[in-house]
Amino acid sequence: MSYYEPEDLKRFSEIGDFRKDLADKFFSYYGASTSTEGALTIREKALIGLAVAHAKECPYCIDAFTTKCLEAGADPEQMTEAVHVASAVGAAAILVMGVQMRNAMKRSGV
Amino acid sequence: MVKDLRRDSPTGDNSAEFDFTATLGQHGLEINPVSVSTLQMNITRHCNQACTHCHVDGSPTRTERMEQQVIERCLEILNGDTRIKILDITGGAPELHPEFRGLVEGAVKSGKKVMARHNLTVMFEDKTDIGEKNEGLVEFFARNHVEVIASLPHYQEFFTDRQRGAGVFKKSIAALQLLNGAGYGHDGSGLVLNLVYNPAGFFLPASQASLEADFRRELLNRHGVVFNHLFALTNMPINRFKGQLERSGTYRDYMHKLKDAFNPAAAQNVMCRSQMSVDCDGRVYDCDFNQVLGLQSNLSGPVTVYNFNYDEFLERRIVFGAHCFGCTAGSGSSCGGATT
Repeated sequence: MSYYEPEDLKRFSEIGDFRKDLADKFFSYYGASTSTEGALTIREKALIGLAVAHAKECPYCIDAFTTKCLEAGADPEQMTEAVHVASAVGAAAILVMGVQMRNAMKRSGV
Repeated sequence: MVKDLRRDSPTGDNSAEFDFTATLGQHGLEINPVSVSTLQMNITRHCNQACTHCHVDGSPTRTERMEQQVIERCLEILNGDTRIKILDITGGAPELHPEFRGLVEGAVKSGKKVMARHNLTVMFEDKTDIGEKNEGLVEFFARNHVEVIASLPHYQEFFTDRQRGAGVFKKSIAALQLLNGAGYGHDGSGLVLNLVYNPAGFFLPASQASLEADFRRELLNRHGVVFNHLFALTNMPINRFKGQLERSGTYRDYMHKLKDAFNPAAAQNVMCRSQMSVDCDGRVYDCDFNQVLGLQSNLSGPVTVYNFNYDEFLERRIVFGAHCFGCTAGSGSSCGGATT
């Protein structure tokens, strides 16, 4: 038994068992943001979603957006590149903190 | 009387959970025949490939082959009715049937448009399934203006070989280049080359228009290949593909995905409303999927090519099953691709 059971994703809507009004607003916003063509294509949105899913380390989201990417016609190279973008930006977010380290060093007279 | 040649192991689903007729009822839909514009013949289960998704379970080990008397009767039906416009020949790999070329020529002589469901790699098989010479296929297609419906699941080698076997992609591209060389796929040549995409896994196809644009760009840039149109098909949850779904524990998920994506507009355009499908032994079905599931068309009794009557055939009730959700999901799916 782990905390993350893939089957549990189907129960996401149970969040609306209480304060359904808020859940309805969320799911409406979610659908409009991720599943409709706009300035970005559905495939581009799916690839962004896949990258964010990895950055947020959410297994439910990774399952959902892997399928969403495939059903939007993305290929394995595009999907892998999206994960590399998430990985690289995540690494950059750590590394750029080195500037703060450099500031602290200077304040310490180093 | 038909001679029983069936060796299929039908894998239908009669569960109440996926009751297609009930879903039609919930949407107030009654789907009845409107015409028989296409006569589809499945002339062999034999194939030089054994693809993971194949609803026919075609493979090199299958031996069922349409008999000559059934072919002759189908040609009689085609010749005798101008309302049937198209002969659609499928398999297996139909080109490996020793009478394939005679069938094509007979239908062309009757003024019919002929479509061949072509797996591309069969181009390099130089013998039929009984060892007869089988060369010059491209020239034969071109001479008879056969519309070639070629299977190519993806413009990437990874997806194509995963579904159709190692090495299939490279041979498929070589075959497409030969077809292009004969004029196929070029605007104005009159030689039509359409591609068939289907997902290489347990997911639904992307929009046909977006896939066609991707294929057109990538095949031209990477391999110099051109084509006319791309048909996006949904994988049918029957036979070999159903076995895959069951082994991976995803059959019900896939069925729910299809059912949840039910599209009433697609339901109104299902191909079974305007075609007949003939099996190797002369039995008649509403579609190729019903054929491999053994769901024969029925009037006062089972319909065969020997008792077929065009006007009476339109009076039948189409036989539906759980697999029909595959034709009505999303943009719809048919032998001609999306239906909406």
